[in-house]
Amino acid sequence: MNTWIVDNVWVIPAVPFVASLVILSLAKSWRKSAAALAVIGQVVALALSILVFLPTLQTVGFRVAHNFTWFTFGEQALRIGWVLDPLAAVMLVMIALVGLCIFVFSIGYMAGDKDFTRFFAYLSFFSAAMLGVVIANSLLLLFVYWELVGLASYLLIGFWIHKPSAAAAAKKAFITTRIGDMGFFLGLVWLYRSSGTLLFYDGGNGCLESAGLVMLGGSATFIALLIFSGAVGKSGQFPLHVWLPDAMEGPTPVSALIHAATMVAAGVFLVARVYPLFSFGAIDGMTTSLTVVVWIGVTTALMAALIALAQADIKRILAYSTVSQLGLMMVSLGVGGVAAGITHLLAHGFFKALLFLGAGSVIHGCHHEQDIRKMGGLQKFMPVTFRTYAIGMMSLSGVPLFFSGAWTKEEILHSTSHWPKSPVPYYLLLAGVVLTALYMTRQMIYVFFGKPRAAARDAQESPPVMTLPLIALVFCTIFFSVVLTPAWPWLSGYLTGEPAQFTLEQMIQPTFFVSLALVAVGIGLGVLMYRKAGQTDPLEQSMPALFRFLENKMWLDEIYEWTVIAFSRTAARVSDWMDRHVWDGLVRAFGELGQLFGIFSTNVDERGINAGVDETMTGARGLGRVMSRWHSGQIQTYLGAVAVGMLALLILYAWLT
Amino acid sequence: MAHLITALFLTPLAGALFVIVAPKNFARGIALGFNLGTAILAFLLWRNFDATSVGLQLIERHTWIPAIGAEYLLGIDGLSLLLVLLTSLVVPFGLLAQRMDRGFYAVMLVMQSALYGTFTAQNFVLWFLFYEMSLIPAFLLIKIWGGENRDRAATKFFVYTFLGSVAMLLSFLGIYFAKGTFDFAALTDLGKNGLLTGKLAWFAFAGIFLGLAVKVPLFPFHTWLPDAYESAPTGVSMVLTGVLSKMGVYGFVRLLLPLFPHEIKILGPWLLGLAICSIVFASLAAWAQSDLKRMVAYLSISHLGYCMLGLFVVTATSLRPIPEMQAALSGVFMQIFNHGITAAALFYFVGLLEQRRGLRGIDDFGGLMQRTPLLCGWMSVAMFSSLGLPGLNGFIGEFLIFKGSFAIAASFTAVAVIGLLVTAIAFMRAMQALFSGPLAESCSAFVDLRLGEKFIILPVTLLMFAIGIAPQFVFNIFNTTVIQMARLFA
Amino acid sequence: MTPTLSIFLAVSAALFCIGLLAALSRRHAIFILIGIEMMLAAANLNFIAFWRFSPEPHQPTGVMVAIFSIAIAAAEAAVGLALVIAVYRHYRTTNVDQLDKLKG
Repeated sequence: MNTWIVDNVWVIPAVPFVASLVILSLAKSWRKSAAALAVIGQVVALALSILVFLPTLQTVGFRVAHNFTWFTFGEQALRIGWVLDPLAAVMLVMIALVGLCIFVFSIGYMAGDKDFTRFFAYLSFFSAAMLGVVIANSLLLLFVYWELVGLASYLLIGFWIHKPSAAAAAKKAFITTRIGDMGFFLGLVWLYRSSGTLLFYDGGNGCLESAGLVMLGGSATFIALLIFSGAVGKSGQFPLHVWLPDAMEGPTPVSALIHAATMVAAGVFLVARVYPLFSFGAIDGMTTSLTVVVWIGVTTALMAALIALAQADIKRILAYSTVSQLGLMMVSLGVGGVAAGITHLLAHGFFKALLFLGAGSVIHGCHHEQDIRKMGGLQKFMPVTFRTYAIGMMSLSGVPLFFSGAWTKEEILHSTSHWPKSPVPYYLLLAGVVLTALYMTRQMIYVFFGKPRAAARDAQESPPVMTLPLIALVFCTIFFSVVLTPAWPWLSGYLTGEPAQFTLEQMIQPTFFVSLALVAVGIGLGVLMYRKAGQTDPLEQSMPALFRFLENKMWLDEIYEWTVIAFSRTAARVSDWMDRHVWDGLVRAFGELGQLFGIFSTNVDERGINAGVDETMTGARGLGRVMSRWHSGQIQTYLGAVAVGMLALLILYAWLT
Repeated sequence: MAHLITALFLTPLAGALFVIVAPKNFARGIALGFNLGTAILAFLLWRNFDATSVGLQLIERHTWIPAIGAEYLLGIDGLSLLLVLLTSLVVPFGLLAQRMDRGFYAVMLVMQSALYGTFTAQNFVLWFLFYEMSLIPAFLLIKIWGGENRDRAATKFFVYTFLGSVAMLLSFLGIYFAKGTFDFAALTDLGKNGLLTGKLAWFAFAGIFLGLAVKVPLFPFHTWLPDAYESAPTGVSMVLTGVLSKMGVYGFVRLLLPLFPHEIKILGPWLLGLAICSIVFASLAAWAQSDLKRMVAYLSISHLGYCMLGLFVVTATSLRPIPEMQAALSGVFMQIFNHGITAAALFYFVGLLEQRRGLRGIDDFGGLMQRTPLLCGWMSVAMFSSLGLPGLNGFIGEFLIFKGSFAIAASFTAVAVIGLLVTAIAFMRAMQALFSGPLAESCSAFVDLRLGEKFIILPVTLLMFAIGIAPQFVFNIFNTTVIQMARLFA
Repeated sequence: MTPTLSIFLAVSAALFCIGLLAALSRRHAIFILIGIEMMLAAANLNFIAFWRFSPEPHQPTGVMVAIFSIAIAAAEAAVGLALVIAVYRHYRTTNVDQLDKLKG
C-alpha cells in the first residue's frame, strides 16, 4: 500500500475530485450524503497524504517523480507527471488536514443553506485542485491545477450568487488573478522555449535540475519574474491584492479555505517549487528576481498591516492580515530560501484557518453580523471560541514559545536582518510586527472584551461540529511550535534535505529579544488604545484623515477604477466604436464608392448613349409622319403619283439618251 | 469504399431533394436522418484513413474539363479529415437548434454538401465551385430565415465575401495562365521556388489574401461578421462560425501559405500585426457589446485570430525551428476544431436564452442561476472552454499556439496574451449579468433545460472535456500532416 | 397615207392619256376601272403595233402576248368589279374619295 501510493500520488487529488463529481450529480435534498461524501473523500485524501508523507521522512532528500506523455503533437511528446518530495508531502498533509477541519466546520456553518450539496461539491473540487497543484511535476500541469483552483475560488466566492456583491467579488477575483496568470502563462511558454521541457524533475533533464537550468542562461530572471506575477495574483501581493479582501463575500468556511490553507498559499508554494529558477546564478544568495520578490513582499506586508488597522469587518481584518502574512512569506522566500517561507506557510495555514473558523463561529453566534464595533464581551457567551481564537491571535501576533507563528516569524526576521542588499526590509518588517500585534489586539478587544454591543447581546456558543475543528486546529498550532522550534530545525532540514541537529543556542538569538519587545509593545499599545473603545475607533478620533485613508484601503480600488479599469473600458468602447464606424465605415465607404460609380454610369447611359438613340428614333418618327401625309388613302392620288413618276422616268430617259 | 468522399458530399444533396419532395412535417427528421448517414460516412472515412502515411488519401481522380485543367480530384489528408469530422458534428448540432420550415433544412443540407466538397477538393476549379456553392445557401439562410436587419446583413455578407471570391478567382486565373495547372499538389510544389515573379506575384497574392482574409475573417476585413452572425438564425450562426469560418483558415493553409512563401515573408510583421489586431481589438469589442450574439461573434473573430497568429508565425518569420512550427500548427488545427464546437455550443445556448426570453441583450437577463441552474452550469462550461480554462478543450489549442508562437515571435505573442485576458473579462461580465444577482422579473417563468436540449448538449460538452483531458485522439488525426507541413514551410 | 408605226403609237398614246384622265378624274370606281382598261388597251395596241412593224412579223409572238394580256385584263376586270361590288356592299358607296382607309 505504502509503495503503491508513493508511485501513484495522483490518487490523492483524484479522491476528492471524484467525490465532487458524485456530489454534483446528487439531488439537492441529499444533504447528509453530500456532506458525508465530501468528508470521507477528504479523510481518505488525508490518510493517503500521511501515507506518502511517512516515506519522505525516512530518506533525506527523498524525491520520486513519475512522468508520462500527455499527448504527442508533431514529433514531440508533451510530458507531465507527479512528484513526491518533502515540499509536496508537507503541503499535502497540511492541505488535507486543514481542509478536513473546514469541511467538518462547514457542516455546521452551512446547515441552513439551500444549496448545501452544491457547496460541498465545490469544496471537494477546490481541495482536489489544490492537492493537484502540490504534486504536479510539470509547470504545465501545475498551471492546469492552478487555473482549476482559480475556477473553484470563483465558484465559491460567488456561491451566494443571488447577492450582486458576491458575484462582483467573484468576478474581480477571477479577473485579477488571471492578470497575474497571463504573466505566468508567458513565463511558462518562455520556459518551454528555453529549456525544451516543462518537467521539474526528470532524471537530471528537468527544467529545475542543473542541466535544464544551464540552458536557460540569462532568461531565467525574466521567466522567474513572469512566473512570480502569477504568484502575485494568486497570493494577493501588491499590486494585485485587491481581490482578496473582497473575496470575503463568500461563506466564511470558504474564506478559511482560500485565505488560510490553499489558494493564497499556492502562490508561495509556486515560488518555492520553482525556487531554482529564482536562485539560478545567485551571487551571495541574491538574484534580481529574488530582490523583486523581497520588495514586493515587504510592501505588501506593511501596507496590508496598516489597512487592517482601520477595518471594521472581522473577516476583512483577517483578510488583510493574510495579505500581510503572505508578504512576509514572500520576503522569507526572497531572503532565506524555501524552508523559511514554507514553514511560515504551514504554520500560517493552521493558525489562520483557526482564526477564520473562529471568526465564522463568532459570525454564526452573532446572527451573521460581521462588524466588530457591534460585538463585544463575547468571551462570556462563547468561551470555546474565545479561547481558541486567543491562541490563534497570539500565534499570529508572534507571542513566543508555545505558538508556531512566533518561531517562524522569528526565523524570517532573523534572515532578513542579514540580508546583504539593504537593511530597510528588516526595519519595515519590524514595524509590521508591531502593527500585527496591534490590530489583532484591537480585534480581540472589540470582539471578546468590554460590554456586549448590539449584535452580541444574545450570542450563543456554536455547536460542537463547529468548535471541534477549532480545537483540532489549536492542537496543530501548538504542536507545530514544537516541530518548529529553532533549537531543532527539523522541518527546514527536512525540506532542504540537510540533516538537522539539536542546538540549544539557536533557540535564543539577539533578534529574538528585539521582536519580543516589539510584540509586547504592539499588544501593550493595543490594550492602551482600545481598552475603552466604543462605537467609534480611537484612531479615528485622534487621526481622522489617516484613519479614513486606511479604512478606504488607501483608495487603491478607486485608483484602479479610475486608471486601469477606466482605461480598459475605454479601450473596449473605442474598439467597438472603431469597428462600427471606422472599419465598417471604410467598408461602407467602399460600397458607396461602388454605388457612386453606378450612378455615374447610369447617367452616362441615360443621358449619353440612350439619349442619342432616342433622338434618332424621334427623327425617324417625324419623318414618317411627314411621309404619311402623302398617303391620303385616295387611290387616285396614288395613281396620279404613278403617272407623274412614270412621266418623270420618261423625261429622265429622254434626257439621258 | 472507392467513392467514399463522393458519397459523403452527395448524401446531403440527396437529403435536400428528399426534404423538398417529402411531406412538410418530415423535413427535420429527414434532414437529421441524412446527417446520420453523413456521420457514418465521415466515421468510415476516419476508419479508412491511415494516420501514419504522408500525403493525400482515398483519392478519387477523373478527368473533367481537360481544356482548362480542371480535374475531378478529391482526397483527404489530416486537416481535411479534421474539418470533415467537424462539419459532420456541427451541422446536425445546428439543425437541432431550432424548428423551421422545410426549405431551411434543404438549404442547410446543400450548404453541408458544399462544405464537404470544399474540404476535400484538391483541384482549384472544383474547390472554388464548392467554395462558392457554400456562399449562396448561407446568403439565403440569413436572408430568408434571419432576424432583424437580415436583408442588410445578408447583402453585406454576400457582397463582401463574393468580392473576395472574385479577387481570388482572378488571381487563380493569373496563376493558371502562368503555370498551366489548377492542381493543389502541383501548385504547392511550384510554390517552393516561388510560383510567380514580379508584379504578377503581388497581384495574385493580394487577390487570394483578400478572398481568404474576408472569409476567416481577419482584421480589418471582419465587419460583415457581427452583422451576419447576429441576424442569422441560431443554427446558421452555429454552422457559420463552426465550419464556414474554417474555410478561410483552411484556404490559408492549403493555398496562400504554400504558394507565396516569399511574399508572406516580406509582409511578415504586418501580417502578424493584423492577427494581433484581430485578437486584441475583437476581444475588446466583444467586451463592449450588449447583445449576446454579437459578443460571441466578436469572440469568434478573436479566437480565429489565434489561428492566424499560429499560421503566420510558421511562415512569416525568418528564424523558425521545426519543433516550434509543429507546435504552432498543431495548436492551430486543434484550435480550429475546438473553436468549431465551442463557439457553436455558445451560439446554441444564446439561442436557448433567446427562445425563452425573446430578447438576447446582456441586460435583459438576471439571476438565471436561481431559476435555471442546469442551463447556466452547462453554458458556463462552454464559456470556460472558450476562455481557455485548462481541463477543457480550448486550452490545448491555445497553449500550443502560444508555445510555438512565443518561441518564434515572442513580442507579438506577448501582446496576444491581452486577448486571453480580455476574453475572460468579457465572459465574466456576461456571466455576472446573466447568472447572478436577484432573479429578473422577466426571467421568472423560464424553464430549465428540457430533456431534448440536454441530449443535444451532452455529447458536445463531453467532447469538450474529452479533448481537454485526453486530446491524443484528435492529434492522431493530423499529426502526420503537421509534420509534413512543417517540413514544407521550413 | 401608209400606216406607220408612229401613227399607231400616237393613237395608243392618246388612248392611254384618255384612260389615265378617266382614271384620275372620275370619282366612281367603275369609271376608274374603265379608265384602267383603256390604258391596258393602249398597251395592247402598242404590242400589236411593235409586232407588226418588227423585223419578223410572220411569227405570232406579238399576237400571243396581246391575247394573254387581254385574258389577264378580263380576269382583272372581273376581280376589280367583284372588289367594287364587295366594297359597295360594305361601305354603301363606290365613291373613291370616301374610301380612304389606306391613309397613312
